Amino acid sequence: MNVVVLVKQIPDPANPYELVDGRLKRGVAQKVMDPGDEYGVEAALRLVDQFGGEVNVISMGPAAAMEAIRRALSMGAHKGVLVTDDALGGADALATARVLAAAIKRSEFDLVIAGVESTDGSTGVVPQMVAELLGVPQSTFAKEIEAKDSSLTIKRQTAAGYDMVECPLPAVITVTAGVNEPRYPTFKGIMQAKSKPVDTVSLGDLGLGGDDAKPTQSVDAVNPAPERGAGEKFEDDGTGAAKVADLLKQLKVI
Amino acid sequence: MATDFYNVDSALSEEERAIRDTIRAFVDEKVLPVIGDCYIEGRFPKELVPQMAELGVFGANLPEEYGCAGLNNVAYGLIMQELERGDSGVRSFASVQGALVMYPIFAFGTEEQKRHYLPKMASGEIIGCFGLTEPDYGSNPSGMITRAREQKDGSWVINGAKMWITNGSTARVAIVWAKTGEDKSDKSIRGFIVPTDTPGFTAKDQKGKLSLRASDTSELVLQDVKLPPTALLPKSDGIKSPLMCLTQARYGIAWGAIGAAMACYEEALAYAGNRVMFGRPIAGFQLQQQRLAEMLTELVKAQLLALHLGRLKDDGTFNPQQVSLAKRNNVSAATDIAREARRLLGANGILAEYSSMRHMANLESVYTYEGTHDIHTLILGQAVTGINAFE
Ligand SMILES: Cc1cc2nc3c(=O)[nH]c(=O)nc-3n(C[C@H](O)[C@H](O)[C@H](O)COP(=O)(O)OP(=O)(O)OC[C@H]3O[C@@H](n4cnc5c(N)ncnc54)[C@H](O)[C@@H]3O)c2cc1C
Ligand SMILES: Cc1cc2nc3c(=O)[nH]c(=O)nc-3n(C[C@H](O)[C@H](O)[C@H](O)COP(=O)(O)OP(=O)(O)OC[C@H]3O[C@@H](n4cnc5c(N)ncnc54)[C@H](O)[C@@H]3O)c2cc1C
Repeated sequence: MNVVVLVKQIPDPANPYELVDGRLKRGVAQKVMDPGDEYGVEAALRLVDQFGGEVNVISMGPAAAMEAIRRALSMGAHKGVLVTDDALGGADALATARVLAAAIKRSEFDLVIAGVESTDGSTGVVPQMVAELLGVPQSTFAKEIEAKDSSLTIKRQTAAGYDMVECPLPAVITVTAGVNEPRYPTFKGIMQAKSKPVDTVSLGDLGLGGDDAKPTQSVDAVNPAPERGAGEKFEDDGTGAAKVADLLKQLKVI
Repeated sequence: MATDFYNVDSALSEEERAIRDTIRAFVDEKVLPVIGDCYIEGRFPKELVPQMAELGVFGANLPEEYGCAGLNNVAYGLIMQELERGDSGVRSFASVQGALVMYPIFAFGTEEQKRHYLPKMASGEIIGCFGLTEPDYGSNPSGMITRAREQKDGSWVINGAKMWITNGSTARVAIVWAKTGEDKSDKSIRGFIVPTDTPGFTAKDQKGKLSLRASDTSELVLQDVKLPPTALLPKSDGIKSPLMCLTQARYGIAWGAIGAAMACYEEALAYAGNRVMFGRPIAGFQLQQQRLAEMLTELVKAQLLALHLGRLKDDGTFNPQQVSLAKRNNVSAATDIAREARRLLGANGILAEYSSMRHMANLESVYTYEGTHDIHTLILGQAVTGINAFE
């Protein structure tokens, strides 16, 4: 089973972020592979451990996104593709999806794994657009993955519980944070990562032009989310527990 | 990190940084959440051993052909630093396994011994301990009493006692150092690989420790322990052999101490910024700033010293006296930093919830083992004057 994992390099979420013209400042020193994408890498490695094949890691971003690819390679992925091009600066979700789909199509694949949504952009639409552009089915919010020869069964997390979804391969899936516990890269893996093949390609190499990378959205303003008001207080006059339980029921938490 | 004031990171390779970041994440996620409780319970977190092995911690600077990670000495040092940022006991476990058990098998063992033991020790399947110190011979191991007597058929019988042996009660093999001659000379000291289930071998944990509590420390007794000829490490030859092992371990300790100091400095810095007394954060008072400035200065000096020593070791041009200087300086600096951090934290500083007092207490062991601070002073004194002041 050949599995493609989409990984995004993002400014380290542990540090405070900065906005420039309403967009996240990306030229910061501390960047990491989106923690959400580590689950995708782990899921891919487990499938390949089970069925054989290779894990191919694809990222679009500035040259520094190579580090995200290397991180995946040091966890055990086999090869990578970095799409980087000045024309992609400021690309939005659709442009990103076009580029990723073109990069995925360059080789045979059985499955594409992405995160549910990125930690920085969090539009949560790139994988869906990629599936559409590739013309393959998609299955999202996977919390458990089970593969058979040519199909996949996933436990899809929903607000109410789970859906069991079966889909034929090839397909695109997105994985949630609870799907597995990503492995640490081993020291040997880190040393080997540098000698694994990574293709660095431009838009032209993918047969795409500047128009494909043009943003389709513009940002007019960015406002911080309103502060949450103080919560509701219950004085415990002996009925406190019941009141809290009622409220939780009302909120459909229990 | 607030602790990289001199951008030492820029002097590391991409791989060295990636290795450091991996072990740092492991310590943050797996060691720090449990270590306070382990310390209070007086328990080594054994459950972490398989994952440490999986990462490649044990014997990380030994060659890949024996199942090890084959890292350079700077990467190895960074691993020790991060482990001790967690706890000196966790770093001690790795030091003993790698530098004091795997290293002597690698350096003094036969090809069969290396092939048999090293991969299983790298994978954590076999845990080892190193028995040099005896009840009456600590700083002066040359005086050891433990004897190994060769039998007519080439087998050996060992009698003696060892004390303060890290991992002693959990180990499946012990590297035991013993005199093979009848006189008092240290020239006949040789190393033996002793399976701890050999009849006559017993290990008993030493109780009542107020330092290095998250580490097993044991007393070993060897009574007529019979071993085949293959138990001998054939290339071990005199007191210099165990001292070569100590040089490896001391190198790691020079790095490890930095980790403990980093943890304490970071804790103190954060606390100083948050704790308000007399109407402002205590970080705003000159006395606490001086404390932090001193801590930081010693930390940076220790970092630069260890890194340069690591580069020398990788070039193969370092000498044991340089290692003594680094062990002596860095551990001493770390003990001071830990104590000052504890004091800056006020009453909270005595709680296990914070790490400074745990590090402070641990570092007293580190100050004492692998050659006490005093002994390294004498080693340096002898190196520069040419005069032996030990006896
Ligand atoms: C030079 C350059 C500068 C950019 N500047 C900005 C900017 O300032 N602001 C901005 O919002 N975007 C920018 N982008 C694009 C951005 O990186 C995102 O790819 C795009 O906006 C997708 O949106 P999202 O992160 O919300 O994706 P989501 O749909 O939330 O992501 C879901 C999943 O899709 C996959 N995925 C998403 N993006 C990528 C990617 N780039 N490579 C590989 N896999 C991916 C991951 O698996 C991710 O978990 C830039 C891109 C480049 C090349
Ligand atoms: C937690 C812990 C773990 C340990 N693990 C191991 C292990 O795994 N394997 C192992 O073999 N050993 C181990 N040790 C033992 C350690 O190496 C010894 O404790 C150390 O070498 C000091 O020996 P000692 O305790 O007998 O002190 P002593 O040698 O009795 O020293 C007492 C004091 O006298 C000073 N002193 C000694 N000689 C001189 C001199 N010539 N001039 C001036 N001052 C001098 C010392 O500096 C010290 O202050 C461990 C110790 C501890 C505390």
